[in-house]
Amino acid sequence: MIEVRWHGRGGQGAVTSVELLAVAAIAAGKYAQGFPSFGPERRGAPVAAFTRIDDKKINVRSGIYEPDVVLILDSSLIGLVNVTDGLKPNGKVIVNTNRSPEEIRRELDFKGTVATVDGTGIARKEMGVPIANTTMIGALLKVTGVMELDAMKDSVEHRFGRIAQKNLNAMKRAYDEIKISN
Amino acid sequence: MGKRMGMEVAMAVAEAVGLCNIDMAAVYPITPQSHIAEHLSDLVANGEVDAEFVTVESEHSAMSAVIGASGTGARSYTATSSQGLMYMHELLPIASAMRLPITMAIANRAVSGPLNILNDHSDIMPQRDSGWISIFVENGQEAIDMSIIAFKIAEHQDVMLPVNINIDGFQLTHMVEPFEMPSQEEVNKFLPPFVPHATLHPAKPVTMGAFAMSDYFPEIMKAKDEALKNSKKVVVDVFNEWGKMFGRNYKLVETYKTDDAEVIMLTMGSMGETAQMAIDQLRAKGIKAGLVKLRLWRPFPFEEIKAVIKNAKKLIVTDRAISFGGPGGPVFSEIKSAMYAETQRPLIYNYIYGLGGRDVPVGDFIGMFERVIADTANQLADTYEFWGVRE
Amino acid sequence: MALKTWKELPIGCVVSEPGSASEYHTGSWRSQRPVWDNQKCIKCGICYVFCPEGCVQQMEDGFFQADMDYCKGCGICAHECWPRAIKMIEEG
Repeated sequence: MIEVRWHGRGGQGAVTSVELLAVAAIAAGKYAQGFPSFGPERRGAPVAAFTRIDDKKINVRSGIYEPDVVLILDSSLIGLVNVTDGLKPNGKVIVNTNRSPEEIRRELDFKGTVATVDGTGIARKEMGVPIANTTMIGALLKVTGVMELDAMKDSVEHRFGRIAQKNLNAMKRAYDEIKISN
Repeated sequence: MGKRMGMEVAMAVAEAVGLCNIDMAAVYPITPQSHIAEHLSDLVANGEVDAEFVTVESEHSAMSAVIGASGTGARSYTATSSQGLMYMHELLPIASAMRLPITMAIANRAVSGPLNILNDHSDIMPQRDSGWISIFVENGQEAIDMSIIAFKIAEHQDVMLPVNINIDGFQLTHMVEPFEMPSQEEVNKFLPPFVPHATLHPAKPVTMGAFAMSDYFPEIMKAKDEALKNSKKVVVDVFNEWGKMFGRNYKLVETYKTDDAEVIMLTMGSMGETAQMAIDQLRAKGIKAGLVKLRLWRPFPFEEIKAVIKNAKKLIVTDRAISFGGPGGPVFSEIKSAMYAETQRPLIYNYIYGLGGRDVPVGDFIGMFERVIADTANQLADTYEFWGVRE
Repeated sequence: MALKTWKELPIGCVVSEPGSASEYHTGSWRSQRPVWDNQKCIKCGICYVFCPEGCVQQMEDGFFQADMDYCKGCGICAHECWPRAIKMIEEG
């Protein structure tokens, strides 16, 4: 089982991303959970959302305390929130930033995998909005290899209709452009 | 054929209800039930479900509206949570006394105060004696299945009672997870049209909910109690029928590795699967642990419970609510009264846990087992403790 | 009439005979009866509106009378009648 914790701010679409990812994983024949950090919805406040994906039925229903992967939608949260809290030592950090993985590694003092991509820049170019939640799914799939990028197609089309292709293009670019430092 | 898919459970519940040929729904939105209200109203507004969606101004009105609608012979549905359920409270015994087969989803959430929107069972427990059939579900699949099954139980000619389906708020309602959604054809085959025991109709007028004084009131209460007790058989039959048709078999009480278990834990609701993982870990260490999951809360399945716990040495009852100043958790006191007359019975322990959404990881369940097993002098038996509360 | 046992009650205690309350003659409660003075009556119908038993009826000539099978003698019609056309008089 792979457990992912997403960090974002209310309104940046972390919950939408975990939903898209879980729906796609289930459609691909896997078992998955996607859920928000339970509580009131507050635009701008630091929030977390969670994904579990496995090949067999998932029984656990408690929170995720020791994630395999942490994905940060908004790099301004680094320092504000303890983003590596409980992260497995050999785990992976994925950050939406135009900075290099090495720079983020130094800042987080983390020895596992660190990957960065300018998700906001890609989203701005591909979709005309600075919302990188769907873009960063591409980054996650590249770093974890948990699913093929193509597996996202149906769930994104179902959710976004006419603008689905732009989201898929952005996802693909993040998949291709992400820089990974092991 | 049903379809395997992933969706947020609350929305999936609305989809399932939409398959049930409902005539009307009156739902007032409240966290964490809101997505049921929103999605069901979408389905009606989009013409996908041919029903009347009544946008009421409160939960009191919602329950009043479904009582009235059900009285006219309409298949009627509502859903609520926490304070909304408390606000409905005075109408719940009326719905059951009038024998109206309404079904209601409850996205279980802590009752104020202090204000809290997260999951526990303190909203349903004060409704325990309202005369409703009360079912708890463990995962999204059960939430969907029971939402459909509930109509068939409620409307059975030998039952004619309202049913509530308890779905842990957030823990289940806000979870995107896989399940199989039955098809419209399958639901049509499973669920016959609603035949009411009487209807409000101008052509053949009747009086429902008439006044009754001491000359008739006790007889009416006895009739209601007998109806609720007798409904247990129908619940079993309908579960079996569902199992035959869909391959998902439900029992009033589920067991996990209880056959040779010395220490058994009992849970109700979404914590069952997490507790199951604790059982596996304890078994791996050589501890004979087992799990009992209570699905039917009312009518209480006394015989079924006794049969699965009587051979254990110790029983850990977990409760997500407390009867303040009373004997502990409501489930605990029920189990104790079930076992009182038994010569062979386990020592019974009670943990009040997960209040107001406090997360309960696998390790907490293991901790409860370890604490009970370590109690060799049986000092903690027959008492209750709050689990994980800072001292 | 023997009272029913719990087993004999209809489901949900539905009263299947409509208007069965009319079998109960509340007129037996009365110690005073309303009497209309049609010289003063202006046919406004306020007695008809206020009667809690609904037993005041308008006759063909437009004046009002109470059905004595149901009139409880409460006097609300007399109290509300502003032209003072209704007087309560002792029964018997």
